[in-house]
Amino acid sequence: MKYFTPDIECAPHEKMRVLQSERLVKIVRNAYDAVPYYREIMDKKDVTPEDIRSVDDLDKLPFLSKDYLREAYPYKLLATPRSHVVRIQSTSGTTGKRIVAFYTQGDIDKWDECCARAIVAAGGTCDDVVHVSYGYGLFTGGPGLNGGSHMLGSMTLPMSSGNTDRQIQFMCDLGSTILCCTPSYASYLAESVISKGALDKITLKAGIFGAESWSEEMRRDIEAKLGIKAYDIYGLTEISGPGVSFECSEQTGMHINEDYFLPEIIDPHTEETLPDGVEGELVFTTLAKEAFPVLRYRTRDLCALSRKPCSCGRTLVKMSKLKGRTDDMLIIRGVNVFPSQIETVLLREGYSPNYLIVVDRVNHTDTFEVQVELTPEMFSDTVKQNSQREKKLVDAMRSMLGISSKMSLVAPRSIVRSEGKAVRVIDKRKI
Amino acid sequence: MTIDQLSIFVENKPGHLMEITETLGNAGIDLRALSIGDTAEFGVLRLIVNDPGKALDILHDAGFVVSITQVLAVSLNDTPGSLGKILRVIANAGINIEYMYAFVTQKSVGAYAVFRVEDNDAALADLRRHGVDTVSLNDTL
Repeated sequence: MKYFTPDIECAPHEKMRVLQSERLVKIVRNAYDAVPYYREIMDKKDVTPEDIRSVDDLDKLPFLSKDYLREAYPYKLLATPRSHVVRIQSTSGTTGKRIVAFYTQGDIDKWDECCARAIVAAGGTCDDVVHVSYGYGLFTGGPGLNGGSHMLGSMTLPMSSGNTDRQIQFMCDLGSTILCCTPSYASYLAESVISKGALDKITLKAGIFGAESWSEEMRRDIEAKLGIKAYDIYGLTEISGPGVSFECSEQTGMHINEDYFLPEIIDPHTEETLPDGVEGELVFTTLAKEAFPVLRYRTRDLCALSRKPCSCGRTLVKMSKLKGRTDDMLIIRGVNVFPSQIETVLLREGYSPNYLIVVDRVNHTDTFEVQVELTPEMFSDTVKQNSQREKKLVDAMRSMLGISSKMSLVAPRSIVRSEGKAVRVIDKRKI
Repeated sequence: MTIDQLSIFVENKPGHLMEITETLGNAGIDLRALSIGDTAEFGVLRLIVNDPGKALDILHDAGFVVSITQVLAVSLNDTPGSLGKILRVIANAGINIEYMYAFVTQKSVGAYAVFRVEDNDAALADLRRHGVDTVSLNDTL
């Protein structure tokens, strides 16, 4: 099985645009009629549903910000009667107030379909054993991949996160072939499998890792340690959950399920739409959501789009691997720093993917420290060699980021492992 | 002949050195000699112990970063000036010492100096040529 829905995934661009336009017209009309907020902001911009006749009219619509989604808590953006809703999911609320998203059964079915496409793109079939170690509950990770695996007909292990010993036990005993979790937890599982000597007992062939931005170096590290192919997956609760886009065997960006989610890239400052290939802020318009339609939602995620032909045969537009969420971006001494850049340098220099970034402000100046776990291979008995290696790392970090940092080598396993989204940054600055 | 030295990473935080030595003590490992090289950020603990193989396994299993380094040990007369004589031989041979430390035993032989050099074989040959013998781990017990 190469594609879950070949008619859509390999559709000619023109056919896709027709489908997108039909759906856009319908959802804008529905949002305008059912949600007072959409009516209000469209009226304010002097645009009516009749003005939206195809995807070419998309830029007439106003943007929806994350702040408004928070303000809309809980029911202000609900577009169907409450009796049609069968589920809610919610964001973690770590960067502010929670956002609650609503789903009809139709919304859940489409979400499952998106995740099924992602599992098939990672080589999955109904013969696979899909091991889901994303958290279940309000977080979309577990329910999303669980639903996708069900729809594909694969045997699904609803492991949820945590209890690493049990994860490895089930992986060995039940023959898990596809692992779904955050990349940081995959890295921790790999480390645990190796230290338990269980590497020859696992039968994993692929991993579907998302919900965090992660570097190419981290991917290679996990692939080498577990002997698998690691696929990126992207999604957000506001839009549906994981499966908004997914990677194929080419591993050069994620195909967007654009029959359901219409992407745009904009300049985050001027709000101008940017052409393919130019990096900017990703904006999504849902095309088929019933309970929680979202029009021109600014994700704060930075990437570029590509419509170049893909060797996998899919024609779905691709988004580049995320540079990071603008929410994750640190501004240190005026310079933008993404944790994924730091991860890239650490892995390139041979360090472990277990690190913690500590930012503070002392005497009105930002201090920037990266704690990284030392591995036996990186350790020498002479102070000189250790210092040289540390200096090399500081230099590599400076050339990547443009600012100097302090590197602190810490003992192995001393940085707390994450079972869900990893905590990579401690920002002690009180501004 | 060289002897096995344990080299252990010591994180710069209270209690880390204690954890290492306690782990070895609980396993019945006897320390012969100890030295610490330190930077502002971390330390390197170097140990000569009675059973380096066992100590390596124990520390490794306990999660410490540890490796075995081959070092040279030379026996000294426990009298003034004897270390200087050995160092002169090493200096004359143009051997660069990465680090060194010395320890005293209760046996009649007295004292030992431990040297970490870049090229053990070359250093051993030079020392032998000047009549300086290196000792084995058993000699120091």
